[in-house]
Amino acid sequence: MSLHTFGWSVLALALLAGCSQKDDGKTVVRIGSVAPLTGAQTHIGKDNENGARLALDEINATGLTLGGKPVRLELIAEDDGAEPKTATLVAQKLVDAGVAGVIGHLNSGTSIPASKLYNAAGIPQISPSATAVKYTAQGYQTAFRVMANDAQQGAALGQFAVKTLKAQKIALIDDRSAYGQGLADEVEKAVRAAGGTVIDRQYTTDKATDFSAILTAIKGKGADLIVFAGMDPQGGPMAKQIKSLGLKAQLLGADGIQNGNFIKLAGADAEGAIASSPGLPLDKMPGGPTFKQRFNAQYGEIQVYAPYAYDAMQVFVAAMKRADSADPKKILAELTKTDHTGVTGQIRFDAKGDTVGGAVTLYQVKNGTWAPLATVQ
Amino acid sequence: MDIFAQQLVNGLVLGSIYALVALGYTMVYGILELINFAHGEVTMVGAMVALAVMGALLGVAPDLPGILVVIGGALVAIPACILLGYTIERVAYRPLRQAPRLAPLITAIGVSIILQNVAMLIWGRQYIAFPPILPQATFQIAGAQVSALQIFIVLLSGIAMAGLWFMVQRTRLGRAMRACGESREIASLMGVDVNRIISTTFIIGSALAAVAGLMVSAYYGLAHYYMGFMLGLKAFSAAVLGGIGNLGGAVLGGLLLGVIEALGAGYIGDLTGGFLGSHYQDVFAFLVLIAVLVFRPSGLLGERVAQRA
Amino acid sequence: MIAALRERPRLSLALLAVLLAVLPFVTGVLIGQSGVRMLDFALLYVLLALGLNLVVGYAGLLDLGYIAFYALGAYFYAWLASPHFGLHLPFWMILPMGTLFAAAFGVLLGAPTLRLRGDYLAIVTLGFGEIIRIFMNNLDAPVNLTNGPQGMDLIDPIQIAGIGFSGTQEVFGLVVQATHLYYYLFLAFTLAAILFAYRLQDSRIGRAWAAIREDEVAAAATGINTRNLKLLAFAMGATFGGLAGGLFAAFQGFISPESFNLMESILILCMIVLGGMGHIPGVIVGAVLLTILPEALRYIGDLQRAMLGEVVVDAANLRMLIFGLALVLMMLYRPAGLWPSRQRRRELTAEGEVVRHEQESLVDVQR
Repeated sequence: MSLHTFGWSVLALALLAGCSQKDDGKTVVRIGSVAPLTGAQTHIGKDNENGARLALDEINATGLTLGGKPVRLELIAEDDGAEPKTATLVAQKLVDAGVAGVIGHLNSGTSIPASKLYNAAGIPQISPSATAVKYTAQGYQTAFRVMANDAQQGAALGQFAVKTLKAQKIALIDDRSAYGQGLADEVEKAVRAAGGTVIDRQYTTDKATDFSAILTAIKGKGADLIVFAGMDPQGGPMAKQIKSLGLKAQLLGADGIQNGNFIKLAGADAEGAIASSPGLPLDKMPGGPTFKQRFNAQYGEIQVYAPYAYDAMQVFVAAMKRADSADPKKILAELTKTDHTGVTGQIRFDAKGDTVGGAVTLYQVKNGTWAPLATVQ
Repeated sequence: MDIFAQQLVNGLVLGSIYALVALGYTMVYGILELINFAHGEVTMVGAMVALAVMGALLGVAPDLPGILVVIGGALVAIPACILLGYTIERVAYRPLRQAPRLAPLITAIGVSIILQNVAMLIWGRQYIAFPPILPQATFQIAGAQVSALQIFIVLLSGIAMAGLWFMVQRTRLGRAMRACGESREIASLMGVDVNRIISTTFIIGSALAAVAGLMVSAYYGLAHYYMGFMLGLKAFSAAVLGGIGNLGGAVLGGLLLGVIEALGAGYIGDLTGGFLGSHYQDVFAFLVLIAVLVFRPSGLLGERVAQRA
Repeated sequence: MIAALRERPRLSLALLAVLLAVLPFVTGVLIGQSGVRMLDFALLYVLLALGLNLVVGYAGLLDLGYIAFYALGAYFYAWLASPHFGLHLPFWMILPMGTLFAAAFGVLLGAPTLRLRGDYLAIVTLGFGEIIRIFMNNLDAPVNLTNGPQGMDLIDPIQIAGIGFSGTQEVFGLVVQATHLYYYLFLAFTLAAILFAYRLQDSRIGRAWAAIREDEVAAAATGINTRNLKLLAFAMGATFGGLAGGLFAAFQGFISPESFNLMESILILCMIVLGGMGHIPGVIVGAVLLTILPEALRYIGDLQRAMLGEVVVDAANLRMLIFGLALVLMMLYRPAGLWPSRQRRRELTAEGEVVRHEQESLVDVQR
């Protein structure tokens, strides 16, 4: 109660008294879920929310007791519109609502500014899908994630390029977004560490469609592998222009292009492109097939990160159970000791809150679909 | 050397696309002295409508030759854009012709935002793929890879310029347009129906925008609700570079800007030892624009003075 | 009631002061801390709108790259108060320097555009805005100045008399939220800015700007140094932007180039166009309205989710459309804004006589 002035305390108490005792006599514990539910990423955002909700519903169905009292979990789903500024508003809203923890946000650009508020309030935050290194590198004890970060994915990509593809001359292109630039930097490091050479680094934007100038420059340097760190709207036309400019180089991308839209935009020129994605393919995940069944029955097709949101929620509630309390401080202490086998695999956190040993899988376009190629641990 | 040739080709094709759009800007500016901010968006609508029609055509008759499908798309997109351009002028610009300068400019920005968002509501936020129906023939010219479509785009911008030049310089309509560009008041005293001439200018510019939009989406293989904005900005820079109001200037400016961008992105990284690189590609266009406005406001081929703006 | 208040300006001023003082508490009770946070943002936008109003509303120079100064102020603050360079200067040192820094850029970017007017100026300033953003986005190499697209984080919060504006703090034995502290700080700056803008409006400078706006050639003929005054307009506008940027950086603790895109520039322009160009109360109303509106629209989204289970009409999709429509409709039907100044209203209702006169003079300049 030291968080509030006297007046606030009275008000908060009144509110708590009003809300926490529901008709079934169980104490309600609130957990936040934040993702863009409006705007360009609505479908991915809703997917994250559904993943978290599925886990929460399953836990409620089996019943949960904390400190000897029956507890019902309640999900407060919020929309950050994928905007940094809105993310802080929404984070404040969740802190106001007294949530025990937050599953989110979806993007790195929103998770980072929001993490400041959760940290100040001492509320644990587990992002299912934010991969920027910086998110957990700010020194906040409250920030966790359940997916391999860009450094881990970049390292896997760089190693794969040098060791498996045996690329001699590697050219890097990034789209100057936080995601693309961060990933490209990590790939460059990994390539050098694995003994490969980066012969050229070129840049584009996340709105560009013409890559002929930078691709021609790369052609001039005789690259045999082009690593693109960016999204499918650029990757698709880039694959086309690589072919039409007569480049012989292999295209290697990351999870930004590892989707159906890339294949649609590149058409026949997508064939042979390789891209990585954090985690295992769904059918290779330990609990993947049964998760898919349960999820499909409730919410239809999985978009991308729902399994991670599901696991994030499971990890959080498991910590809550071990703490035997809904007090964020106690949950936080238990979260760091997490060793959980979830849908996506084994989840443990390092000192920063990153997952230890997250897997990265590489896929290749064959006959117009992404087929798993190899998994790097 | 073949790399340099390839960069030149890249620049010329990109420049021809800028030129096609810049012609529309320059025509409207020549007569109204208004930056039709929404022109880039009209281009986008042209691409979107054409793609929708082509998708429908392919759905009904999947075996139709690719060229016919594209022509079918153009035949719907052109009237659609004409209607749009005409409506924009009637609704958003004409009532403000006597208002202070700031007013139509702000309206133009507003129209541009409206068109983007309506397009987004209709066609969604996803990039739409251009169906793979055009032949992918490429030739080797002086060591550079050139596709048939690229040659067509370059030719088209030349033809469009020549056609417009002929119309403006050699026909009655063109003479009326030039008269309106000189002075609307005096033109109307001479019996020119100023409103009709301005509408006609918007119609021609919009038809051209539809063709340009179709070409852009065919070339890059996609269309998107936001594609018109940057394209419009670059094309406007090209028009200013060449000398706004001057048709030849628009094409020259477009080609120059395209080549500057391609060579800049291709070589500046090596020339500056990695200090500047292709991440500053978009900066070049703006710097060229600013430099022209500061040092030669009339543009390369223009005689007019920018200060009148 | 309103008429009664108008007759007693002191009473209404006192009422307003009380209202502003208790507003965060009322909002806190009704909406929660997120509501107070929204108020903080609204105040920042009021500062920005007031600044842009100096350039566009007073001097008549259409600036589409105004957000660049906001960005410069924010980055300047981040440079001097974050672990990036290991500097942690107090805010009262950084903010004045930051505003000077932004003002210097205002002059620098204004200078090449002095000969340009109207639409050319709009395009060039738009270009400058984009150039600044592109540089911020790419200056992580060769020397890491801005951390590139990753943005700068861990920016120090404002600290006054040992009280850091973060989380919850004890002030005079009372426990208060940082959002409240920021509210009063921003309010103080905003009130000072309003006062400043009012004084400026009636000063020699303000009247000279109005003269330039109405007819630059005539203004020059009466002995006004149009060059210096236009540069001054850019510099002053930039000052406001730089101040707001520094406050934003401290408040948010994290800045990245995506917060300073062209749409933000257009948003601020919308605020002053909607409210009433050149009229301070109008500008304030416009800024507050357009900050709150998107949030209100978000509640509509929540409402739909609660009642229908899904979002049928996506407010995020409609927001920009509404802004675009507002720009066009305002220009067509209420060119002086929702709350125009008395003078402008008179000008515009005089059956267009004044307007036409204005236009004639412009035509003369053009020929």
